[in-house]
Amino acid sequence: MSDKDPKVTRANRPVLALHVPEPHLRPGDAPDFSAIVIPAAGSAPRPRTDAPAADTHSLATNLVRVLGDDHRAVGPWDPKIDPEILRKMLRDMVTVRIFDDRMYRAQRQGKTSFYMKCSGEEAIAIATAAAMDRADMHFPTYRQQGLLIARGYPLTTMMCQIYSNGGDPLKGRQLPIMYSDKAHGFFSISGNLGTQFPQAVGWAMAAAIKGDHRIAMGWIGDGATAEGDFHSAMTFAAVYNVPVILAVVNNQWAISSFSGIAGAERATFAQRAVGYGIASLRVDGNDALAVYAAVQWASERARANAGPTMIEFFTYRAEGHSTSDDPSGYRPVNEGKAWPLGDPLERLKAHLIALGQWDEERHSTLVAHCDAEVRAAQKEAEKLGILPQQGKDNIASMFDDVYADIPWHIAEQRDAALAEAKDR
Amino acid sequence: MATMNMIQALNDAHKVMMRADGDVVVFGEDAGYFGGVFRVTEGLQREFGKTRAFDAPISEGGIVAAAVGMAAYGLKPLIEIQFADYIYPGYDQIVSEVAKMRYRTAGEWPMPMVIRTPYGGGIFGGQTHSQSPESLFTHIAGLKVVVPSTPHDAKGLLIAAIEDPDPVIFFEPKRIYNGPFDGHHDRPVTPWAKHSASEVPDGHYAVPLGKARVVREGEALTVLTYGTMVHVSLAAVEENGVDAEVIDLRTLVPLDLETIVASVEKTGRCLVVHEAPRTSGFGAELVALVQERCFYHLEAPVERVTGWDTPYPHSYEWAYFPGPKRLKKALEKVMGD
Ligand SMILES: Cc1ncc(C[n+]2csc(CCOP(=O)(O)OP(=O)(O)O)c2C)c(N)n1
Ligand SMILES: [Mg+2]
Repeated sequence: MSDKDPKVTRANRPVLALHVPEPHLRPGDAPDFSAIVIPAAGSAPRPRTDAPAADTHSLATNLVRVLGDDHRAVGPWDPKIDPEILRKMLRDMVTVRIFDDRMYRAQRQGKTSFYMKCSGEEAIAIATAAAMDRADMHFPTYRQQGLLIARGYPLTTMMCQIYSNGGDPLKGRQLPIMYSDKAHGFFSISGNLGTQFPQAVGWAMAAAIKGDHRIAMGWIGDGATAEGDFHSAMTFAAVYNVPVILAVVNNQWAISSFSGIAGAERATFAQRAVGYGIASLRVDGNDALAVYAAVQWASERARANAGPTMIEFFTYRAEGHSTSDDPSGYRPVNEGKAWPLGDPLERLKAHLIALGQWDEERHSTLVAHCDAEVRAAQKEAEKLGILPQQGKDNIASMFDDVYADIPWHIAEQRDAALAEAKDR
Repeated sequence: MATMNMIQALNDAHKVMMRADGDVVVFGEDAGYFGGVFRVTEGLQREFGKTRAFDAPISEGGIVAAAVGMAAYGLKPLIEIQFADYIYPGYDQIVSEVAKMRYRTAGEWPMPMVIRTPYGGGIFGGQTHSQSPESLFTHIAGLKVVVPSTPHDAKGLLIAAIEDPDPVIFFEPKRIYNGPFDGHHDRPVTPWAKHSASEVPDGHYAVPLGKARVVREGEALTVLTYGTMVHVSLAAVEENGVDAEVIDLRTLVPLDLETIVASVEKTGRCLVVHEAPRTSGFGAELVALVQERCFYHLEAPVERVTGWDTPYPHSYEWAYFPGPKRLKKALEKVMGD
């Protein structure tokens, strides 16, 4: 090793050793989450929304939880949501889950190239959408399809994007699920991790520059917090006291890498806000009421010019990373079922039942209704075609939108491509 | 000798070099325990331990920067960037640091490292899993740029790259990881096992950097290409009955000028083929060189077959990809002029 360099040897010093984080369990092991500390629901304090950031920092290692084991809402974070809104959230979660299942299957049937589910994480996007204003702006990752669904974006249009067909507003240019829709406050999803996080800060800076009332929310996964863009977002948000919510969805995994590879052995993701002087909340992401309460708190803070908030949503990626991934190669199977914070959908359902606002029969009806809705949307979308049939018509459109106007060299290439398509 | 696909051949190169040289360390996103999303680093952690083959945080800038520090110490980092489309957060470290370090330190801190990354389309990966950014690296003084096109060359070139004293960007054509591709996307994929270049010698061998390979000898024109397009070009040449000399460049920097010039002087015609977009693509450099060095031997203008100057469009993959039709037309043009 580096024989040219004189090695400093000191007999009484320990030999340096590199620590490479390793999850406790690997394939073949039985799932076991007993090491995870779960504070009781209702036990986390709720600071005033205009409190100094430092007053929130004990929450960075705590866990905001509202739904108790008895399925009742408890403690200072109970958002006391109208049951009508709870039912809307449940319905959206059921829709997302069915949508994910149908589209996953569509990919397996060869109808498209790729799909990503958000199983186990549905509450995060759905309750966030419920807690924020419809006009607020999101800079999402690929796991926040729930935002679009909660905001009433047509399921058929989502599917057309997934099939890259004639109904796809993105004209077949983007990988499935990389949605974009300004009218629904949903910024274009990037395939390049982390880029959207500081962009959300920029949007909120613009809103502040213009004296707007709308705020922005940036989203990132636990793994992608390692990107430099994460730190750019935190710095700009702190420096300009930006009206933005910065959400880290910690679903424990980044493809095959557990959260320890992103630094979670040393500190929570929420704790990163401490060093920037940004308010920080760590939240049970499988508790729709806790998600709602935290986002409501952070929105109020942002709207009052009291500063940005980082929220770590603590959750679990219950299925594979994407249709290209098989998690049985790197983690125990059935870990998702053993996740101690449960299934967000089941927990919200049980809460509504405990409130006397829901029952099994109504739930079956809801599931049947959502299922029919998703199937009908799929049928509509497939009328416009599936991926293997695409890419032959309207080839000229491929050359639009590279620039506002088409320069000569792209016009030439468009003509060549059209001639090529006609060739036998 | 064993029959391998390109992934297995690359994996074997890792093992050969890690066994031979304790300074070779491998890391990248999902590259440790799991062995990489394309499985090129499979089994390395098991054999060489966690401190020589490990998962990296999702930070391409951090991965390259850590490699710089390790190279400064005296190690030989062999790192994986999961997709070439994700190399950009590491671009500053590569361009400003890795490429220039030997020069700016008058040779005191050379940067022997290999940055491997899968590139190219043909897998319905959309714009962020399909790009061919090689010319962003060939343009940077101080970097060597390598693109294999067969399992045999992949192993030999990777070994040569690891042994090279300078930093090497090693682009792996992911479309042909599992089998060569003739450009006809509607035909079934043929596995590497049916191809003679899947015969991979055991143990150590190097395919020297800077040496092209004449894949097909011919008299009528010279095709200069690399990566996936070697196979697409070969198929097009056969299908169109053109007696072309097809040259697999294998190393883009430094280029094997001698082989190129000898061939073009012989044939008098030249076609340059790559998948990357046209404007400022590596083909422009090749055309300029051929024009400078072989002008008086040329019987027709040098032509380029390339991808279009658009982002890689998901559903228009095969209208974008420079396939058999684009090649046929260009072959006719160069032969007809
Ligand atoms: C810049 C960049 N590097 C690498 C990738 C490849 N990649 C896609 S998703 C992913 C894991 C992301 O994990 P995380 O941020 O935790 O989000 P999750 O998928 O868990 O929601 C990786 C490495 C990428 N898309 N972009
Ligand atoms: Mg994750």
